[in-house]
Order: sequence, then structure tokens, then C-alpha cells
Amino acid sequence: MSKKILAAPYLLWMAGFIIIPLALIVYYGLTDKNGAFTIANVASIGTPEHVKALWLSLWLSLVSTAICLVLAYPLAMILRNRGIGRGSFIVFIFILPMWMNFLLRTMAWQTLLEKNGVINGILSLLHLPTQSLINTAGAIILGMVYNFLPFMVLPIYNVLCKIDDDTINAARDLGANSVQTLLRIWFPLSVPGVISGITMVFVPALTTFVISNLLGGSKILLIGNVIEQEFTRGSNWHLGSGLSLVLMVFILISMAVIAKYDKNGEGSAF
Amino acid sequence: MSRLRRFLKRTWQDFYLVLIMIFLYAPIATMMVLSFNSSKSRTQWGGFTLRWYTDMFASRNIMAALHNTLLIALLSALISTIIGVAACIAINSMKTVPRAIVMGITNIPMLNADIVTGISLMLAFIAFGISLGFQTILIAHITFNIPYVILSVMPKLKQTSRSTYEAAMDLGAGPVYAFFKVVFPDILPGVLSGFLLAFTMSLDDFIITHFTKGAGINTLSTLIYSEVRRGIRPSMYALSTVIFLTVLALLIFTNFVPRRKSEK
Repeated sequence: MSKKILAAPYLLWMAGFIIIPLALIVYYGLTDKNGAFTIANVASIGTPEHVKALWLSLWLSLVSTAICLVLAYPLAMILRNRGIGRGSFIVFIFILPMWMNFLLRTMAWQTLLEKNGVINGILSLLHLPTQSLINTAGAIILGMVYNFLPFMVLPIYNVLCKIDDDTINAARDLGANSVQTLLRIWFPLSVPGVISGITMVFVPALTTFVISNLLGGSKILLIGNVIEQEFTRGSNWHLGSGLSLVLMVFILISMAVIAKYDKNGEGSAF
Repeated sequence: MSRLRRFLKRTWQDFYLVLIMIFLYAPIATMMVLSFNSSKSRTQWGGFTLRWYTDMFASRNIMAALHNTLLIALLSALISTIIGVAACIAINSMKTVPRAIVMGITNIPMLNADIVTGISLMLAFIAFGISLGFQTILIAHITFNIPYVILSVMPKLKQTSRSTYEAAMDLGAGPVYAFFKVVFPDILPGVLSGFLLAFTMSLDDFIITHFTKGAGINTLSTLIYSEVRRGIRPSMYALSTVIFLTVLALLIFTNFVPRRKSEK
């Protein structure tokens, strides 16, 4: 009994700063300024500008998740097959950017992509026409891939490391070629890591407002930008909460997917 | 033939690793080089200078933000470690159903999008009548740090055997004394890595701080954000170089020093 008391601070903390805040979002999202029940805030996702922002967010985050997966899987395979241990320096090098402040990482790309930035500077030195790179959807995708790539590499790498070499050798002995081993052994066994990687890239990419703000300019609005503006410019918290509820539906879907495919937490990044 | 194929495969793999490495580090390297460039242009090398570094250390804004960042990271990591370790001990002695509920709630801040966590905390602080400032950033950071501590300590606590703890009690130790003499040394690596993880997460956070900070206070992240939106100054490059090297040193220390010890 005495041990249970030790949970009291944590339980109180969770109630006060996790449960009540989420309940408040639900409350604000489902009421209007006078406190009367309404679904108008949630339904406003159907207005053309919000639909546009939501589709653009979904589209950009899906594309960047796909690119991350395509880049990360071979990388994780190579790192694992080199037999480099979990704590080796080369693995550390590929994970290090994950610990860098992500504003700095995005700022770095801004420096490279800007109109008077490094890439255009090099192009003009070579007497090539300068490109408009920043403030495009492409720049946002680049920023997302750059920022979230380590979140895809790490879970896949962790899962691949747990696959026993004997399993692979057994497949080879039984006559499977490399493509068959990849499709029938490697890939099915790495599904928990892949799923976990996909959610770890997709959720932050879907909800970001920083990357679109810094690399997409003010013209490209993602759903994250819309919500952020509703709150920080003080215009309408009820509307912002309603849109957050819509966003939470997507987060809940990805949590459910993780729970289904990664029951034992094998694909976790930490 | 097969030797040639293996050679080609390896070369191709090396090429791929190098390519990704360039992609990951080229932007950071560019910023580092620009931080020493005396010309404000991003494409012309105007000679080596340390001016941006002296600018940075002279800037009252940057130093105040650095002070806030470190203080919040340290306090939030410390408090969340204490609350988290206590919670772990209690959760470990819970029955299956309550344990599953508590662990489920623990996962919420980790899986939820930062923007939703940030907004929800901001709404709660305003509803509770806590004015936004240093204290709200600290509370928010403790909130998202506790799960990292719990997830680091829990596996270690499960590995410890109950019988050594009970043996200590049979030999006359009180529960607190027995815990610190018998259980705590076993879970110490988990506690330390939880503390460091919490510290790093706090240092790195921008989104949740952005919503919970209120006016008039900045951490490094929020300061960088406001600066970058106005146009990057070279002292920002100096700042990022310093942060990058500090994180690098911290990570090399935490990743390689303890591991060497455990290998022995």
C-alpha cells in the first residue's frame, strides 16, 4: 500500500497537465464564444481554405514520409549488414542530426535555398540561371525529409538488428535469392520498425507549422499554420481547438496502426 | 567474378552512405563556415573573423535566453526524474489493469503531436489562472519529460529481483534504506539515461515552449525562431555552431564513455 502512494504526485500531474488540458481542447472545440454547444468549429474544416490546407498537409507529409522510407530502408540495411554494433560511431553519425535543434536544421536549409542563398550564389558563379527554390512546396518537402529522416532510420535499424543472421542464412540455404530474402524475410520481420518510422515521420510532418513557415513563405499554409495562427494571433481559440480535434483524429489513427503492428514496442526509437 | 560483385556492391554501399552523409551534414557545415565569414554575403568569403562570436556573447538577449534554456532543462529534468522514478516504483507494484491504464496515459504526450500538447497546456494554464512565463514553460517541460524518464527506468526496474529487496528488509533494513541500498544501484543507469534524455528533450523543444511561454521570455529555440523570421544574422550562425558542438560533445560523452565502462 505504501508504495502506491509514490504514484500520487505523478497521477496528480497527469490529471492536471495531460487529461484536463486535452479535455479543454475538446470543450473549446465543441463550444462557441458564449459557451453553447456547437459543431461549427469542427465543421469549419469543410471551408475551402481549410480543406486546401488539410489536403496540402496530407499530401506533403505523405510524399516526405515515402521519400524518407525509400532513403532510410537501404541505409538501415547497410548499417546493419556491416555488422556495426549498436553503439558504434558510424551509426551515431547518422543519428546525430536527430539531436540537433530542428530550428537550426531548418535555418540551415533556408540559408542554402534563399534567393541570395548559397545554392543560387554557386549557380551564378558558374553563370547558370538562378532558381527560385525557397517558398515552394518542394522546399517544404525537402525540409521535412531532412528533419525527420533520422526518425525513420532509427526504428528500422533497431528492428533489423534484432533479426538473427541464422534466419537469413537458413533462407539462403533453402535456395532463396537476394530478392526473395528481402521480400520474404527481411521485410516482413521489419514491419514493426517500418510502421513506427512511418508514424514518427508522418505525425510531425502533418502537424508542422515551423517548416512551412520558414521554407514555404507566407503563401503556403498547412493545417498546422492555420491552427497556430488561430492561437498566437489571438483570433479564435474555439476554431483552433475545433481544427485540432480534426488533427487528433489522424493522430489517433496512427496510434491505432502502431498498436496493431508493433504490439511489443519492438520498433521504438529509444 | 563473385569477388568483383562483392567489391561493386560494397563500393555502391559506401557511395550511398557518403551521399546521405553529405545530405545530412552539408547544411550544418555551411552554417559553421559562414559563422567565421567576415563578409555578410553568403557566397563570398571575406576573410576569417570571430566577430559574430563576440557579438553573440555580448548580446543580452542571447545570453538571457541561454540562461533560461539551461535552467529550465536542468530543473525540468531533475523534477521529472524524481516524479518519474517514484511513479515507476508504484506502477511496478500495480495490478495489470491499472498499470495498463497509467502506462497508456504516459504514452499520450509522446505520441500526441507537439502542437496539440502545446495548445492544450496553454488552454489549461489560462483556465487555471497561471500567468504564462517561466513557470509555465517549466511545468510544460516536466510534463513531456516524465514519460521519457518512466520509459528509461521501467525496464531496469523490471530486471531487479524482488528477493534481494525482501532479503534486505528481513535483515532489518527499513523500506527506504533497503530501496536506496539495494534497488537504486541497479536502476541507476536507467535513471541517469532518463535524466539525460529529459535534459536533451527540454533543450531541443520549440513547439510546446512556443505556446506556453507568454510574452517577454525566450528560450534559445524561441529566440532563434523570432530571429529567423526577421532574417538571419551571422551571429545566429555562430550560435548554432556553438550549440552543435556542445550537443556533439554531450552526446559523445553520454554514448561512448558509459559504454566503455560496461564493456569491461
